Amino acid sequence: MATKLPKKDVVIVGLGWTGSILAHELTDEGLDVIAIERGPWRDAATEYPPNYAQDELRYRIRHELFLRPDQTTFTFRNKMDQTALPIRSWGAFMPPNGVGGGGVHWNAETWRFLPTDFMLRTHLTERYGAGFLPQDMTIQDWGVTYDDLEPHYDQFEYLCGTCGTAGNLKGQIQQGGNPFEGPRSRPYPNPAQKQGFGHTLWAKAAAELGYKPFPQPSGNMSRPYVNPLGVRQGPCTYCGYCEWFGCGNYSKASPQTTVLPVLVRKSNFSFRDNSEVTRIETDRSGKRATGVTFVDTSGNEWEQPADLVILSAYTMFNVQLLLLSKIGEPYDPVANKGVIGRNFTHQTMSSVNGFFDKTKFNFNPFIASGAIGMCIDEFNGDNFDHGPLGFVGGGYLGQVQTNGRPIETSPVPKGTAKWGAEWKKNVADYYLSNLKGGSIHASMYSYRDVYLDLDPTYTDRFGRPLMRMTIDFHENELKAAQYLTDKYAEIVKAMGAKIVEKEPRKGPYDITKYQTTHLNGGAIMGADPKTSALNRYLQNWDVPNLFVMGASAFPQNAGYNPTGTVGALAFWAAKAIREQYLKKPGPLVDA
Amino acid sequence: MRRARTIAVAATLGGAALAVYPVARSIARDSDVQDFAQIERGRKLATLADCFACHTQKDGGKPFAGGRPIETPFGNVIAPNITPDRETGIGNWSDEDFDNAVRHGTDEEGERLYPAMPYIYYTKMSRDDVKAIRAYLATVPAVHNEVHANQLPFPFSIRWSMNAWDWLFFKAGEFKPDKTKSPEWNRGAFLVTGPGHCGACHTPKNFLGGDETDQALQGYAIQGWFAPNITGDKTRGVGAMSVPDIVALLKTGHNAVTGVAGPMAEQVADSSSHFSDADLKAIATYLQSVPAGDAKSLTPVAQDDPQMKVGQAIYRDSCSACHGIDGNGVPSLFPSLVKAPQVRAPDPTSNIRVVLRGARSAATDAEPTAPAMPSYSWQLKDDQIAAVLTYIRNSWGGPAAAVSADDVRKQRKDLADRDD
Repeated sequence: MATKLPKKDVVIVGLGWTGSILAHELTDEGLDVIAIERGPWRDAATEYPPNYAQDELRYRIRHELFLRPDQTTFTFRNKMDQTALPIRSWGAFMPPNGVGGGGVHWNAETWRFLPTDFMLRTHLTERYGAGFLPQDMTIQDWGVTYDDLEPHYDQFEYLCGTCGTAGNLKGQIQQGGNPFEGPRSRPYPNPAQKQGFGHTLWAKAAAELGYKPFPQPSGNMSRPYVNPLGVRQGPCTYCGYCEWFGCGNYSKASPQTTVLPVLVRKSNFSFRDNSEVTRIETDRSGKRATGVTFVDTSGNEWEQPADLVILSAYTMFNVQLLLLSKIGEPYDPVANKGVIGRNFTHQTMSSVNGFFDKTKFNFNPFIASGAIGMCIDEFNGDNFDHGPLGFVGGGYLGQVQTNGRPIETSPVPKGTAKWGAEWKKNVADYYLSNLKGGSIHASMYSYRDVYLDLDPTYTDRFGRPLMRMTIDFHENELKAAQYLTDKYAEIVKAMGAKIVEKEPRKGPYDITKYQTTHLNGGAIMGADPKTSALNRYLQNWDVPNLFVMGASAFPQNAGYNPTGTVGALAFWAAKAIREQYLKKPGPLVDA
Repeated sequence: MRRARTIAVAATLGGAALAVYPVARSIARDSDVQDFAQIERGRKLATLADCFACHTQKDGGKPFAGGRPIETPFGNVIAPNITPDRETGIGNWSDEDFDNAVRHGTDEEGERLYPAMPYIYYTKMSRDDVKAIRAYLATVPAVHNEVHANQLPFPFSIRWSMNAWDWLFFKAGEFKPDKTKSPEWNRGAFLVTGPGHCGACHTPKNFLGGDETDQALQGYAIQGWFAPNITGDKTRGVGAMSVPDIVALLKTGHNAVTGVAGPMAEQVADSSSHFSDADLKAIATYLQSVPAGDAKSLTPVAQDDPQMKVGQAIYRDSCSACHGIDGNGVPSLFPSLVKAPQVRAPDPTSNIRVVLRGARSAATDAEPTAPAMPSYSWQLKDDQIAAVLTYIRNSWGGPAAAVSADDVRKQRKDLADRDD
């Protein structure tokens, strides 16, 4: 029996990037806000201080910052006719946990999606005809445009102190930036980070092949920065411990280094950590959320009533809470009906390894940062003609080597013995002269048979069904992966690599090997309540006092890292709540 | 007049009435809870005097309800409840009682207070100042909270021993402006030596806890920290900082070269961040004029000293990521070890402490970040901490006395008993 707590104006589920942003915006509006976070409080000096933040065994191998599968996990299968089994050790993605969420352990690549990404189906149909798209591909327009989001991309970038070189300022193409990007209203708040030898050499080779390389937009600071809230970050030390690590030096944009210091000082904000939300409560009509129920570490159940519920957990937990709370019609892939769980996507990552002559190339790979690197965008989105290629989608190609961390970095060419003297010699030869994992960061579009639902068999510690992932790569994505990998390999060859090893993504989707943590969809936004869970303001179609943040709103993924867009959408939704919803609580778009 | 009348009435009713209606005494005040101007003036003075800091329990205690242990070299004194609660607070005190406590160090029954209550500084305020503080305190919510102030060991537990102490160290009397100095300087002098009671921490004390007035504000080890020299001394004090630098430090907790931590972080957050810019400027102006005192001449520890070499290696490995390879830090985020004066304090207590235990700086509206340094106690041994501190203290603008492994060992032991 849950103990009822005093009512708040707003309850926020999950205190990561979007939860922090919404809490900040809504407390500024004068609302009394409480955030409920499943994991612990986290702060640099105490939880990932510089004197052990770079403990590779602790963070990278033993997953200190992530959810423990014992607490909850997912079941996985590739195809609808298979039986899904629970994931018992994280592989393909890393579910975040704790205050700051994924913002603590991301690499801080801070991209904007292309203007055409937001109207994908319309755009591709216009350019190539409806018959060009695979029949079971369920891509949609987002219901928002790049122009709608531009001010909010800008807000998020200035909050984070994103470092980069603008490629398009108010329509004017800029030298040294990404000429394909949508117009930005002003430059990045900080100049791009310095680049290492490998990144620089790759960019030179790319330019010689006629491409327009540019530095990857980075949330690792190129210089000290104070954001519009007055919160400071220090300059990045290029230690190369970002992804899956917290930054001990206050130099990676995270909720802790951008919003939380201001938020925790507000008297109308409070939060509970180590408390897992188990349900969104609704009234008898099912059309109004009344609050949430959560459980603390002692097993006590609490009900937190609120006028407004913001769901800002990780993609699959947002979807799971909607399904468990019976909000919205669950997606049925057979009937192709329902909305909660549909258009689930990940990313299509491929890579190319280059092995170089150690007497001529010393890349010092350990001098790096999470979002360092040089990229080209010629093969992203619809920046190139797909007509003759027979697929849609693409991604950025980047030499974005983020580290030379010793446990993970033992590069040897294929065919080398797996142990012994030969292996050791090759590791010694190539540690400094290998470019590992050149990033081919491609889109994954949505399909009818890739979705989320509640597992019929496996339950969590509370007896709730686990979230079931049904996901596989489709031919369109695999074709794109091959094409992009070939293009990437040409650049590595042009750099002068002795050995070039292509690793295009192959099916089936493998849950055991890390790809990215960019899981998207399942509670998507759109213009039509029949095919989307949320309207263009991230407001639930059925329960108008429920807003759902995060990448779960993406109708399909683009060829970029998602966080920039997640941040922009959070500010966009916050503005709609502040300027429209609070004045007239109710649906912001008529169904 | 009002007070006189009250006494007259009380006299007619007789002593018994007083005992039955203790309320009668509380009428005997001429601080006026109807007078906004007086209350507002009192609020500002209470902020300048930082009454909140001692009279409010840490971590969410009710404002001014007392109960916080105030550490003295002789034991703890528990700060009393100064809310208007009639039974456990000061609701029954007359203005006279209050003035006696604040400016003369005696309680409502005429007993001597312990000088943990900084009446030796507050005496510089005027009677009107104190009345205004009283008027403000009468407006805060009354909290019923019984506090037993005296928990000192014998012989300090005997209050009349304080008579002798006061005779030795307490000079009552309002602040007298120095006509040869500017009004700004005089305002600063009043704030520093009066309500601000800076000397309570920053002035060296003799063995009885009395101020060494000839060494005013030259630094003192207290509460597990070394409250640094804040005189105009160019190397050890604030003399090398500009007036805006000092104002920024007191207002925001941070400036281009350093940040505050420990009890001073609390002081900035609760008190000086709320001062007016004019008052902060006055304080800075005065502090820069305070004489430096004699400095022992030191020779820097030689660069090829083995301790320096070890220290440099540890510094580069463990400290340089934030403080920079050249010790310059990042303005308002990571203190400059080149320019922050407390780095080379003659007493390394604070230096050792922040390495052993880490430290969080102040969060203020202007500088909300509150960056923190982690603890290295589990990672560095006593001799290693001594080496790195010796290196830091003698590398960029020293000299300063070497730190020994013994110094670190002693402090490690002291800190083991401290929960702050």
